[in-house]
Amino acid sequence: MTAIGHAGPDTALEAAEPGGELTDVAAARPLRKDVWRRFKRNRLAMVGLVLIVLLVLTAVFASVIAPYTITQRFSGEFRAGPSADHWFGTDLIGRDVFSRVVYGARVSLKIGIAATAIALVIGLALGAVAGFFGGPLESLIMRLTDIFLAIPYIVLAVAIAALLGRSENTVIIVLGFTGWLGICRIVRSSFLSLKQLEYVEAATALGYSKWRIMFRHILPNALQPIIVYGTIAVGSVILSEAALSFLGVGPQDPTPAWGLMVSDGKSQLPVAPHLLFFPGLAIFTTVLAFVFVGDGLRDALDPKLK
Amino acid sequence: MPSYIFRRLLLIIPTVFFALSFLFFLFFALPGDPVNLIAGGADRAPNPITLQQIEERYGFDDPLPVQFANYWERTVKWDLGESYLNRRSVNDILGDKAVNSLRLAIWAILIEIVVGIAVGLVSAIRRYSMADRMTTIVTAGASAIPVFVLGFILQYGFAVVPNLNDWPEWARLRTSRLGPDSWAFFFIPTGEQWRYLILPAVTLASVSTALAARMTRGSMLEVLRADYMRTARAKGLRERQVVARHGLRNAMLPVITLIGIDFGTVIGAAVLTETVFSWPGLGSEIADSVVGRDLPVALGLTLAVVVAYSFINLLVDLSYAWFDPRIRLGSGEAA
Repeated sequence: MTAIGHAGPDTALEAAEPGGELTDVAAARPLRKDVWRRFKRNRLAMVGLVLIVLLVLTAVFASVIAPYTITQRFSGEFRAGPSADHWFGTDLIGRDVFSRVVYGARVSLKIGIAATAIALVIGLALGAVAGFFGGPLESLIMRLTDIFLAIPYIVLAVAIAALLGRSENTVIIVLGFTGWLGICRIVRSSFLSLKQLEYVEAATALGYSKWRIMFRHILPNALQPIIVYGTIAVGSVILSEAALSFLGVGPQDPTPAWGLMVSDGKSQLPVAPHLLFFPGLAIFTTVLAFVFVGDGLRDALDPKLK
Repeated sequence: MPSYIFRRLLLIIPTVFFALSFLFFLFFALPGDPVNLIAGGADRAPNPITLQQIEERYGFDDPLPVQFANYWERTVKWDLGESYLNRRSVNDILGDKAVNSLRLAIWAILIEIVVGIAVGLVSAIRRYSMADRMTTIVTAGASAIPVFVLGFILQYGFAVVPNLNDWPEWARLRTSRLGPDSWAFFFIPTGEQWRYLILPAVTLASVSTALAARMTRGSMLEVLRADYMRTARAKGLRERQVVARHGLRNAMLPVITLIGIDFGTVIGAAVLTETVFSWPGLGSEIADSVVGRDLPVALGLTLAVVVAYSFINLLVDLSYAWFDPRIRLGSGEAA
């Protein structure tokens, strides 16, 4: 591969400017362009990307977009349907649902990205060590993932959430520390096959340390499935957050978590379905966007699959 | 092969032991005093003598390692203890709830197998057709919608709306509870039972059906390009035979894995569905007991789920060799 000695395509591109190794650039730049070209052709993936950009903008500019605050109550307008004043209606205690859904983008993105980051770091570290070193260390790590896979995920999540108390940070910890199993298995199998390639042998012959070989030589080549998995994982973390909220162990009111809003609206289903519909739609759209982008990335990164 | 099965069976023991032990200590670390709970609830002030009697009776005055040893001693004999909340034997609770869970799981898996594989197959054979595009979008949608939101939407559309608008009786489904609990051959609903079963079964099946369809499609597309497919056509087989005998059978391996694992997880993963539809199964009972600090119930039911999951996993691995004779299990030392 081209990027030996570099951290990956990113640094290879930066090195392009003065006196960079031209061979690296020649190989790296068309690859990225290629991926982007294939990604652009995928209509669903582009829809997903646009949705994610909109979501991020909503989260950043929530205070500008939302007409009211998340706690402001309108007396006399309890669980009112959508109207010109309140686009998504009002909730049980007269708060504007639209404003709460808009602010909810912050909560969901924060939890989705932070928990996925934790899961990726743990999964990467354990998977890389297991795949690269093998032996008893690998057995130990793989048994550990077996044990955690055997425990029904929801039991673990509810128990940890009950232990730490209900808050956004608890949800991040719970989902981060229970979400690394899949990524650990993927990274391990990539490392198992990549460590047998010639460039690893070459790097070993050059006397590089094991850690350097693992993280600077093998890792960049194992990134593709990790990127795809990570993108989709953000979506599934947001789904899980909603599930935890629904089971009563997520963030607490008045946090405008979408799952919590759905859960609060469930008893009003026959009279005020909008309480459930709009936050539900927000979760659905967000998760769908991440799934589309993840799928698009997979197809774009690995044209053989097409 | 027998030695492979034996080794795998032996591996289940430490997996179950460590998983349950981890949960044991985790649950013990949870805030909330079980002694108070048994005496009648955290918000009351029970008689101190009662508290002491409870401590002695349940062994809460023993040091933690002793309690841990006692727990395993009882568990190995399949005595799962009794609920802190209502003194019911956990073995009895397990028996009740497991039956309901199993019935729901069977129907969800049946839907997954029939709908998932059929949709994936059509999608692969008619690639890029309108049906294929729809499948891509609908399956992505099904995996993005929170299970409980889907459950509520189905409730609204098939039960709330029909009731509000006085639709004919046959068009109204039920949203809640188990219903008359009447079954034939263990899992076939009789009488009015189907009205209660259909919505939770569809809800529970939604995500896994979408996954099965996507996986069948992907796997089938790969198989359709294989050389032996061309050979099968060249020797004059009809397209239907080519697809069914040569294509589908070879494409099924990853799908079988998925369905097998689903069957293992669906019992525990049904928490949300069971909660939405008040279906009295294992999942919601486990979640309730963890939230309510009812340790014996939480641990006992989880143990059953973990054991079932481990055995199903083993069966899935064994089925590889059956579906694809080229795979020889445990060939590491046998071959």
